Amino acid sequence: MEIFGIPHQAFLGQLLLGLVNGAFYAMLSLGLAVIFGLLGVVNFAHGALYMLGAFAAWIMLDKFGINYWFALVLAPLAVGAFGVVIERLFLKHLYKLDPLYGLLLTFGLALIVEGVFRELYGASGQTYPVPELLAGATNLGFMVLPNYRAWVVAVSLAVCLGTWFIIERTRLGAYLRAGTENAALVQTFGINVPMMVMLTYGAGAALAALAGVLAAPIIQVNPLMGSNLIIVVFAVVVIGGMGSILGSVVTGLALGLVEGMTRVFYPEASNIVVFVVMVLVLMVRPAGLFGKEA
Amino acid sequence: MKLNAIAFALAIGFAAAASAQDTGPVKIGFITDMSSLYADIDGPAGGEMVKWAVQDFGGKVLNRPIEVLTADHQNKADVASSKAREWIDKDGLSMLIGGTNSGTALAMAKIAEEKKRPFMAIGPGSARLTNEACSPYTVHYAYDTVALAKVAGTALVKAGNKNWYFLTADYAFGHSLEGDASTVVKANGGTVVGAVRHPLNASDFSSFLLQAQTSRAQVLGLANAGGDFTNAMKAAREFGINKTMKIAGLLVFINDVHSLGLANTEGLQLADSWYWNQDDASRKFAKRFFDKYKRMPSSLQAADYSVATNYLKAVQAAGTTDGDKVMSALKGMKIDDFYNKGQIRADGRMIHDMYLYQVKSAKESTAPWDYYKMVAKIPGEQAFTTPAESKCALIKK
Repeated sequence: MEIFGIPHQAFLGQLLLGLVNGAFYAMLSLGLAVIFGLLGVVNFAHGALYMLGAFAAWIMLDKFGINYWFALVLAPLAVGAFGVVIERLFLKHLYKLDPLYGLLLTFGLALIVEGVFRELYGASGQTYPVPELLAGATNLGFMVLPNYRAWVVAVSLAVCLGTWFIIERTRLGAYLRAGTENAALVQTFGINVPMMVMLTYGAGAALAALAGVLAAPIIQVNPLMGSNLIIVVFAVVVIGGMGSILGSVVTGLALGLVEGMTRVFYPEASNIVVFVVMVLVLMVRPAGLFGKEA
Repeated sequence: MKLNAIAFALAIGFAAAASAQDTGPVKIGFITDMSSLYADIDGPAGGEMVKWAVQDFGGKVLNRPIEVLTADHQNKADVASSKAREWIDKDGLSMLIGGTNSGTALAMAKIAEEKKRPFMAIGPGSARLTNEACSPYTVHYAYDTVALAKVAGTALVKAGNKNWYFLTADYAFGHSLEGDASTVVKANGGTVVGAVRHPLNASDFSSFLLQAQTSRAQVLGLANAGGDFTNAMKAAREFGINKTMKIAGLLVFINDVHSLGLANTEGLQLADSWYWNQDDASRKFAKRFFDKYKRMPSSLQAADYSVATNYLKAVQAAGTTDGDKVMSALKGMKIDDFYNKGQIRADGRMIHDMYLYQVKSAKESTAPWDYYKMVAKIPGEQAFTTPAESKCALIKK
């Protein structure tokens, strides 16, 4: 059986791999969407935080012998704490200014963090082994899927659903959303808004770091791994609609699939197809697929 | 009258500039990827090697001090060529060394030819530099895609790996390497089933590898380098491609092997022009490098040192920095140092021995960075493009 002249096995295989990549896009764009939605900050440091997560896991294993499963929890906590420090030291002074300032600040931070890691660890990157429990691959008939990749998709979907649930369906989420609408009013009800905002940024940073830990066994842990990805992720967020949580998740997964398709039919275009989609979407829906028209 | 005065002033200005070029410092430029996927195999340490060469030469040539300028081309041909042009026009650059990335090197070679400045290509692989795009001012010093293909490819095809599929970096270098390797495979009785091209600096290789796997070829030739090579190699292991196909890294540097670890690279055969543990002189150079960088030098970093030294020797012999005279001195002399022995041919190709190495297993490796064992030494005449194969007009047939 063939689909558009491509054996259906190859086709299904590529779709599945697209989904794996989409899982990363979804998780990263989710963090961006949360931060933008609740803080109004365009967080250009997101790629650097993702890289930090991967490096934290690698350092934990290499220097302290802390295994993958602990790193999966500890690395996001450490990077989340770093995020809190960034928010307290720098970002909180910028909320009243134009969003452009937040963008510039986080971009500068990303460059500094990447530069430091390049200086310390070089550009070739470090190898992080796949945890033993998830090593090996399963033959699905149409392709051999490494077990680890299946795990990535599962974790990512769980995390995305969990985040969406917290923000849209819980009391804490309601406070968060209310805080962004009218901070002063929410504060008068006795809710500590600055604390909430700080923790939100920390949580966004932790989400990026979690994606980094998940990616570490798949690609070389490398200071530039974030900057290679972040531009695509921003395109995902713009297509999904800035600040829309559901939008970022759905768009992330969908664009992973679109990219997977492109790799079958015209591999050379696979790194621009996301941007082509972005242009088309913005022409028809300037606020993005799931964004509210301003 | 006024016009004459301006003309006179201009003439004096030009004369002053011209004489400054003959008496001021001799400037050597080095443009490479300083920060991205090729920064470890050459990069800032490569620039430092040029500076070491100048220091060891005494810091002066023809009684003029020597200055080394370095820049990051960010893997962009336009950045590389505008920097080269700026250095030549404004700083009176005497010689340019081009680090990694063939796209940038092909662009810089054109400018060097136009301005009649010697251009030493170290990091770039594309054999076009001394073939279709050859110039009287270009020297291709370390390796090229033809040599990689002939040395690594021939060995594999002769061992019975006849059926090839390529994973190729989609720019000048990848295309050259894929083309040259295909030629070698076919010349030795093999076939090329197909190829898939990936963008430079791609991080996810899984779907490209899946396509390679469905091709059912025996050999997967990786026509890429640096970070692209390591990520492709890692994903190939993860998807178990190494169980059904033999993976051939066509351009592998010792930094890549170090970064992947011996567990991921054991048994890999690769072609290179130099290895730090090949003789006493190389070990001495490597130790000095290690003391500063805590890693071993790549063949490119050794070549950076070597080419700068030999250029300065040629300047000394020619008694001038004039591009034509230095080039003829350089092509006339024998090159013999810790890096390699050889001679630069009329087309600018430095003809020297190439080596086929095999990556040791973790058991065989007895010291840090003890990674390679030599399988074969291939004489330069066999490794590089032969005069008969060459399309360069500077080669007399």
